[in-house]
Amino acid sequence: MTTNIDQLIVDLCKWVAQFSDDYLASNFPVVAQFLHDYPIITNLIWIFVCIAPLMVVFLTFFAIATWLERKGLARIQNRIGPNRTGPLGLFQPVADGIKMLLKEDITPRSSDRLAHFLAPVILLVPAFTILSLLPINRNMTAAAVDTGLILFFAIGSVSTLSIFLAGWSSRNKYSLLGGMRAIAQMVSYEIPLVLSAVTVIMLTGSLDTSRIVSAQQLSSWVESSNPWLQILGQIVKWNVFTPYGFCGFLIFFVASLAEVNRCPFDIPEGESEIVAGHLTEYSGFKYALFFMAEYVSAFAINGLTVTLFLGGWSGPNIRPWGSDDPNALLIPGFVWFFAKMFFLMLIMIWIRGTLPRLRVDHLMGFAWKFLLPLALINIFVAGFYYYTPWYIGWPFGFAVNYACYELLGKLNRPTTISSKRTYHYAT
Amino acid sequence: MLGIGIIKGMAVTAKNFFGSFVSKKWLPTVQYPEAGNTITAFSRNIPFLVYDKEDSPLETMRCVACKICEKECPPQCIYIVQEKDANGKLLKRPRIFDIDISVCMGCQICVEMCPFESIKMDSVFELSSENRFEGLLLHRENLLKSNSYYHQIHPQEAQEVDDRLAAKQKKAAATAAATTPSTPAP
Repeated sequence: MTTNIDQLIVDLCKWVAQFSDDYLASNFPVVAQFLHDYPIITNLIWIFVCIAPLMVVFLTFFAIATWLERKGLARIQNRIGPNRTGPLGLFQPVADGIKMLLKEDITPRSSDRLAHFLAPVILLVPAFTILSLLPINRNMTAAAVDTGLILFFAIGSVSTLSIFLAGWSSRNKYSLLGGMRAIAQMVSYEIPLVLSAVTVIMLTGSLDTSRIVSAQQLSSWVESSNPWLQILGQIVKWNVFTPYGFCGFLIFFVASLAEVNRCPFDIPEGESEIVAGHLTEYSGFKYALFFMAEYVSAFAINGLTVTLFLGGWSGPNIRPWGSDDPNALLIPGFVWFFAKMFFLMLIMIWIRGTLPRLRVDHLMGFAWKFLLPLALINIFVAGFYYYTPWYIGWPFGFAVNYACYELLGKLNRPTTISSKRTYHYAT
Repeated sequence: MLGIGIIKGMAVTAKNFFGSFVSKKWLPTVQYPEAGNTITAFSRNIPFLVYDKEDSPLETMRCVACKICEKECPPQCIYIVQEKDANGKLLKRPRIFDIDISVCMGCQICVEMCPFESIKMDSVFELSSENRFEGLLLHRENLLKSNSYYHQIHPQEAQEVDDRLAAKQKKAAATAAATTPSTPAP
């Protein structure tokens, strides 16, 4: 069987499907007939087969990410971080999980019990569902939908609802404040998030995530026989190297930080202001579910950033020696995809170690007065870039975007500071 | 440029991150139970009682059971009972000298009040005990530590105390010498 290394899992899946079909048809014709008559059962089985690996992989990533975050933050703060459980504290996520499982699961007496229980579950469902829309490799999208991007944003915004559900059902003022902050923040940041993605949709002409990725490969170079051209061809057309893509990437990344409640936009659970926001009344495994959903949705949104701007699963990659198949790749595409996803995750951790939490009014002002106009201008730049040759569109687009960036910064600066601030107690 | 401050801040944290792998300056953590801990000459924890001669702690202890420290102690963690001899005469030495280190807050007021330089601050810190009542009540025998130990943990301070005591003795000897001639010579 001549197969590409990167298509190994896809081929294996097809083979298992074929084999199980044949096996059932020859040995259990009744079952085969039943599955044929009720295709929904087959579909459900296939959905499970597609989702189960995603769940396993991303829960492992969640564990790795918590460990990375704790170690990375510790190093930034000149500490060592967890080092008691296993080598380098690698089993810390396991210990955390066991601790969370064994803790008492408290539901406040006056809370809305059903909503209180449902909130973490509802948060987890969209977090995992949107994962299935990401093209992890060529032909490796768990749910290959033509309008994948729309579906991603639509399902992803359900998490706002569940965070408010958590805040509302806890019957606690801090929880409610946290939920309201979450709504305000996530609805505001949804707009620059989507608007910066619009540029990519405009220039690709498709909402299909796998087509967005394949549009970021220079196929004439990738199919050439020169390995250097093959490597370059998989990189040069990434959207992040275009003016609209670079600006869009920054806007998208900042807005995605706010969407998944990461520092410095973690005011819904700002522990220095409102105890733990919507998490105040949660304990035990429900609390763990919230954290899991937070990390998984962070991974999902990073996966979308990678798909839209960083070339998805394409990376500096060459064909295996002696292979003539233009689609063959030496390193499987999902390795690059996950590597880029973890790279963005590390930047998120780095930002968390650096920046303090924003004030509420600063947060809203940043979304509405800075990111939104910039994203709108970016759409015009993308249109301009589309209709001009690259040697005009590229420098001009960058210049316009940079000028608008500085101008918006100037406009947002408070014009008059009434008087010089005096410090009575500090010298 | 707008946003340059964020990049500067990120550079600082990156420096701390990578520095922690190469330099002790960026990672001062001591892996305590495995690597032990270094006690500086300035560390102060709980009080102890000083005695002078290694072989006879009870006879050469400086404490005279004047109970000033007991009275001054803000959380009142010191308990002193003066010793009596067989005839019921009070001796200048405590029979019981207890410090409840679960109450002691290490304020060092007893040290400052003591006119006999007999109570000083120790720098031990591994004081945990399995019994939180009896185990944390230190008796006279636990508290008595020699002057050489004091020299070992706080050398500079101990030398100053020794000099002060020597000066006091010299002065006492001088006054004694000054008063001696006034007594009628045989």
